[in-house]
Amino acid sequence: MTEIVNTTGVQQTAVDIGERPLLEIKGLQVGFNTQDGVIKAVDGIDITLYRGQSLAIVGESGSGKSTTAHAIIKLLPGTGHISGGQILLDGQDLTKTSEKEMEAIRGRKIGFVPQDPMSNLNPVWSIGFQVEEAIKANGIASGRKEVKKRAIEVLKQAGLQDADRRLKQFPHQFSGGMRQRVLIGMGLAADPQLLIADEPTSALDVTVQRVILDHLESLTRELGTTLLFITHDLGLAAERAEQLVVMYKGKVVESGPSAQILKDPQHPYTQRLVAAAPSLASRRIQATGSIAAAESGMKADASHVAGEEIDLIATAEARAEAVEAAASAPPAIVVEDLTKVFKIRGSGEFTAVDNVSFQIPKGTTMALVGESGSGKSTVAKMLLKLEDATSGKIVVGGKDLASTTGKELFQLRSRMQPVFQDPYGSLNPLRNIGNTISEPLSTHKYGTKATRRQRVHELLDQVSLPRTLISRYPNELSGGQRQRVAIARALALKPEIVVLDEAVSALDVLVQAQILRLLADLQSELGLTYLFITHDLAVVRVIADHVSVMQRGKIVEKATTDEVFDNPREQYTRDLLAAIPGAGIELGA
Amino acid sequence: MAGYIVRRVLQAIPVLLGTTFLIYFMVFAMPGDPIVALFGDKTPPPQVIEALRERYHLDQPFIVQYFIFLGNIFRGDLGVSFSGQPVSEVLASTFPVTLRLAALAIFFEMVAGITVGLISGLRKGGIFDASALVVSLILISLPIFVVAFVAQYIFGIQLGWFRTTVGIGAPMQDLILPALVLATISFAQISRLTRASVIDTEGQDFVRTAASKGLSRNRIVPVHILRNSLIPVVTYLAVDFGTLMVGATVTEGIFNVPGVGRTLYQAIIRGEGPTVVAFVTVMVLIYLVVNLLVDLLYAVLDPRIRYAK
Repeated sequence: MTEIVNTTGVQQTAVDIGERPLLEIKGLQVGFNTQDGVIKAVDGIDITLYRGQSLAIVGESGSGKSTTAHAIIKLLPGTGHISGGQILLDGQDLTKTSEKEMEAIRGRKIGFVPQDPMSNLNPVWSIGFQVEEAIKANGIASGRKEVKKRAIEVLKQAGLQDADRRLKQFPHQFSGGMRQRVLIGMGLAADPQLLIADEPTSALDVTVQRVILDHLESLTRELGTTLLFITHDLGLAAERAEQLVVMYKGKVVESGPSAQILKDPQHPYTQRLVAAAPSLASRRIQATGSIAAAESGMKADASHVAGEEIDLIATAEARAEAVEAAASAPPAIVVEDLTKVFKIRGSGEFTAVDNVSFQIPKGTTMALVGESGSGKSTVAKMLLKLEDATSGKIVVGGKDLASTTGKELFQLRSRMQPVFQDPYGSLNPLRNIGNTISEPLSTHKYGTKATRRQRVHELLDQVSLPRTLISRYPNELSGGQRQRVAIARALALKPEIVVLDEAVSALDVLVQAQILRLLADLQSELGLTYLFITHDLAVVRVIADHVSVMQRGKIVEKATTDEVFDNPREQYTRDLLAAIPGAGIELGA
Repeated sequence: MAGYIVRRVLQAIPVLLGTTFLIYFMVFAMPGDPIVALFGDKTPPPQVIEALRERYHLDQPFIVQYFIFLGNIFRGDLGVSFSGQPVSEVLASTFPVTLRLAALAIFFEMVAGITVGLISGLRKGGIFDASALVVSLILISLPIFVVAFVAQYIFGIQLGWFRTTVGIGAPMQDLILPALVLATISFAQISRLTRASVIDTEGQDFVRTAASKGLSRNRIVPVHILRNSLIPVVTYLAVDFGTLMVGATVTEGIFNVPGVGRTLYQAIIRGEGPTVVAFVTVMVLIYLVVNLLVDLLYAVLDPRIRYAK
């Protein structure tokens, strides 16, 4: 374990070696009581943070990074408890404070900005009420007028310009970005010395994310607040924090100045994290075509990487040729002038999809990119005929969707399968994995019970899941495994087209990389056509051949992936590209 | 909002017509001659029977009777009961009693149910929670008449705190015991509902965020946990109030409460068409109004719900 280096460079004037750190975590252990005994979520970590510095804890879900944050403010969920170590805030050991003392520390000395702006504001109280109670609780102001004045001030500071007008509004009347500003405002309301931001922007669109983070950065610098930042995104962490702490399974595996860790990661886990971060990757994944290699999972991954380096150029050229050849063949999907108008009660109509046209050549991947609300998921729903188009034409494999009904539509559905974003929500918790995967087979009366079982085995092999999972239930699987099950289910009927709606957005980077590789392999093996819908341009670069950028229902830019990345024409595309966290970071060769 | 209410009221018209028709039909189809039954063992002279039949339109075909009844209702005339009292008067004397009884029962079950549910939810798995569960299960599994008789025996006879039956004019102190008995049925439901809701709310992110702002537990529990947990509870209470308003036949019978339940039961036994239909019509009306109020209450409790025009 490396010692944390106190200074990162010339700008770091505030720090001198003799000063007492603002936050010092020594050998912290956090345990959760379960039926099988105590599980150590955090297992003896050390973190030192000096005044005015910024530090990011990076790790995948389950690494204990959020638990660390909650332990510092002593708000661990459920059976969580600090079972060892010290948390020294300005010399005071927080592990030994009473609940009453903690109430005085929370808000006033340690501000907290939580992860999900959608669930962290109480839906039944107005924004003003919730900000004002924070101000009153910390004794920042007294008297109704004073408190209200301070609330408006706090919200304005957080970037809500029309705060005075919006105080009476409720959380649901705010967009995600606006809510996150409110939460940042609340976290900073009492001018705390330390601000803990737990994945403050991971639920937001990239462009909104950048605006919020820029604001948070300038605000904390202005106020001299020390920032402890928690994220799963290595690129984001390196861009926003001077110091990095990489956590893995409850332990700190590496820590030090951000730039140094990124350029020269020491621990194998950090190395894999750096290699897998899509925001840092630069080329499309080239399918190796060998399913056997994928089968052996993680171990094979390493050899993959090695293999790729050797004939990267050759496979890239082969891919380019294949895409070119596909362009001359009849396209798998043709969409012409597609429009979807929703009627909104009371306020007329809303055009979600406006005159969208595109073609996807057989065997290639087109990415449909845009922020939430841009209409990309509506396009997917219309393509799957889960939603009827208002006007326009969708032709799938030579058949016009609008005129396809009944039996023919049923047939067509088997050739076109979806994979959705949330691997937790898209699997029925009461069906085991075997039943889940074979459901489309029995719906479409494929073969006998025995051949269906045979096919399920084949599919599990294809998505690199052990056959023993067949009798397990979704809650026993990890997020990545579940998404593999969802992919296996989509492939069950040997479709030609797979619509992937944010299919990797909810996954950790390492898992994301595995799934993306799997998708690339399956594509070259089975000749699949993908419509890949995402808000994350970083992922697009490694999976797509063509990109269509959507903004407010319209396609604003359409080109090959390389063109879009190297030479974006539209300002909106440039904004999206610039917003990829860590995009500007140079990796050491 | 106003548009929404108007639409709901208009929707109530076919419901009301349908239910009165069904009830009227069923009362009509009941076996036995109500006039003959009225005289018990005695045989009245045919002229008397004839006169009574004509007076209550029993000589007319069913559909004609129904329309006569409907026409009268629109004129505000609900008919006359067999004892010669106008049905509207019977309604006016019984509904206030039931209203008081229901209000009292709701008050008891609300105070007890929410208090017990909140404490159980906050101290999930503790001794209080476990004992509350046992008590709830006992109360749920006991038939209401058992609870009523036991209560009468202990509080009425042994301790002498209350009168065992309700006296003339149904004074409030006499209604306390039957209200407590009625409250026991829903107490278990409300305490369990509150408990589940409190546990659910306590795990919400915004509760942790409230604590991270530096709020004390004394503020978080009522403002952020209880307030949010009450949304399903209050709507349950409102629906329960509707149920209690249409009368608790058994309890009213045991405590001799001159309320809706007992009166309706007697009218059914006697086959008094106009009284039964008038009562049921008013009950349907109460149900519709209570349901509308529940929906409106939802919007008050949860700002996310807004009804379009």
